[in-house]
Amino acid sequence: MNAPTADPVLADVALRIRRHVVDACAGPEGGHLGGSLSCTDLLVALYFRVLRVDPADPDHPDRDVFLLSKGHAAIALYATLAERGFFDPAELAGYGRPGSRLMAHPVRTVPGVELPTGSLGHGLALGLGFALAGRLSGVDRRTFVLLGDGELQEGSVWEAALVAAAQRADRLVAIVDANGLQLTGAVEDIGGPQPIGERWAGFGWAVRYVDGHDTDAVAAALDTAPWTPGRPSVLVARTVKGQGVPMVAGKVAGHYATLSPPLHARAVRGLRGAGERP
Amino acid sequence: MTIAETRPAPVSARTAYRDWLLARMATDPRVVCLDTDTGLFTGADFGPATGRYLNLGIAEHALMGVAAGLAASGWRPYVNTMAAFAAARAVEAVKIDIAYNALPVRIVATHGGVAAGHLGPTHHALEDLAVLRALPNVTIAVPADVPGTTALLDATAELPGPAYLRLGRKATPELPGLPVPRLGELQRVRPGRRVVLVATGPLPVLAALGAEDLLAAAGIETGVLHAHTLKPFDGPALVAQTAGAELVVTVEEHWAAGGLGSAVAEVLAEAAPGPRLVRVAVPDEFVGTVGGQEHLLAERGIDAVGVAGRVRAALDPYHPAGGQPHAKETP
Repeated sequence: MNAPTADPVLADVALRIRRHVVDACAGPEGGHLGGSLSCTDLLVALYFRVLRVDPADPDHPDRDVFLLSKGHAAIALYATLAERGFFDPAELAGYGRPGSRLMAHPVRTVPGVELPTGSLGHGLALGLGFALAGRLSGVDRRTFVLLGDGELQEGSVWEAALVAAAQRADRLVAIVDANGLQLTGAVEDIGGPQPIGERWAGFGWAVRYVDGHDTDAVAAALDTAPWTPGRPSVLVARTVKGQGVPMVAGKVAGHYATLSPPLHARAVRGLRGAGERP
Repeated sequence: MTIAETRPAPVSARTAYRDWLLARMATDPRVVCLDTDTGLFTGADFGPATGRYLNLGIAEHALMGVAAGLAASGWRPYVNTMAAFAAARAVEAVKIDIAYNALPVRIVATHGGVAAGHLGPTHHALEDLAVLRALPNVTIAVPADVPGTTALLDATAELPGPAYLRLGRKATPELPGLPVPRLGELQRVRPGRRVVLVATGPLPVLAALGAEDLLAAAGIETGVLHAHTLKPFDGPALVAQTAGAELVVTVEEHWAAGGLGSAVAEVLAEAAPGPRLVRVAVPDEFVGTVGGQEHLLAERGIDAVGVAGRVRAALDPYHPAGGQPHAKETP
């Protein structure tokens, strides 16, 4: 758990994305720090290993589709898209500032963003729509939806999960960023659901587990989905909220942060430390 | 002929919609029919388009999200549920997934108003037009009869954004002489100008036409406008068609808040000075009595006699109707 990815190139990409996230949280509006850092390695695995996407042609009809259902981690998605070449990383400096298109929840005007998300519990049904569209078109497309574990308290997640299983949508893959914390406390203390994987299995999904900070392991698991023909797949990724920034790692208080200059400097120092950790 | 001589149409608007959609799917390969186990398509023969009919089960929130994902991928989904579920249960998905993205999803909502009759308030939709009218990008159409249903389905088929069509449940009376609707236009049906009735939906339009018959017989010159498109609402035509009128009366199968009466009030208020407005709508309470659609509406003053009474009361405060709908006199 929490071992840096074995691939030094991807480790460097992840570090840059985390730096963008920390910088965004030092902007005028602050940002969702903890949940962006917990899913950073998942996004790196997706965009740099798994997804069949072309930054030069974001709307290519044969592309794989990704939806960030936990839309509050938008800054991690924007940073990932920028590092992947969808737009100039220099634009990230405008996050939260008037005139920027980088809203705190994903917006369609940002290249690579399929549909806006952020009201929790919407992404899975949207993803099912994309998956069914691929099936109707005869396109060999996979659709990936990243959810938070707190998000699983929304009933609409389970409505969509049931429909997806009934539709045998095996080109649909969900990933749960299981960082164990939500806004005011531990997920398991507030509303669960626990155990996450067994809940999904009960809804007819094929389930696997992974260390969500092991980019190689995440990519390897996602590469082979669907794992059971006729069933949608869910990868339960164990993560640490605030991963990479020790002052907020594993802490409820890191959910949303507006970093003062001294705290920003401390967070950046923490990032360097995490990046240099053997 | 007078409106009292009309008879029920041979099919309901929703049956006409089903047949229209089957024909459309045969010619438009982009069209997908998403169902929520409504039963409307039981036994329907989709032919080569069978793969484009998907019954998602009783899951209206998922329905709207799936429709958005399909529409974002270039498909033209027609989603099927009752108005009560489209505009209340699933409305966050309608708002964010469909309206926010301006996606070409057609929400075909049956059981609008009190069409569900004795199924009760759990299945009535008396707020749907208010809810949908508040959302940007959504076109709202309310056909009054079968020819109007197919005309408005044709007119909305190629819209680039979302559309909400409010249909009923059972067959409602034919409305001979009603001009074929042109989407977005407030259309004059009867010529009078002293009193102007503005109506939307099958039974309210029937009530307005019947009221015009009664008022004409009493020497009160009355006109009727058909408001089949609630959004975008044809404000300029309303102002022009009611200029010089003594009284404007809206008639709708909806709570007064946010529906046709509100749309008309907004336009007339901003164009003031103008005619006085009376809104005939379902009173601000849940429909707690038992009966079919026509009975429930008549009980609340939404029929020819009720509308004519409201007009006469408004014109003459000493009229026996006392300025109140006769529903208030019903225990």
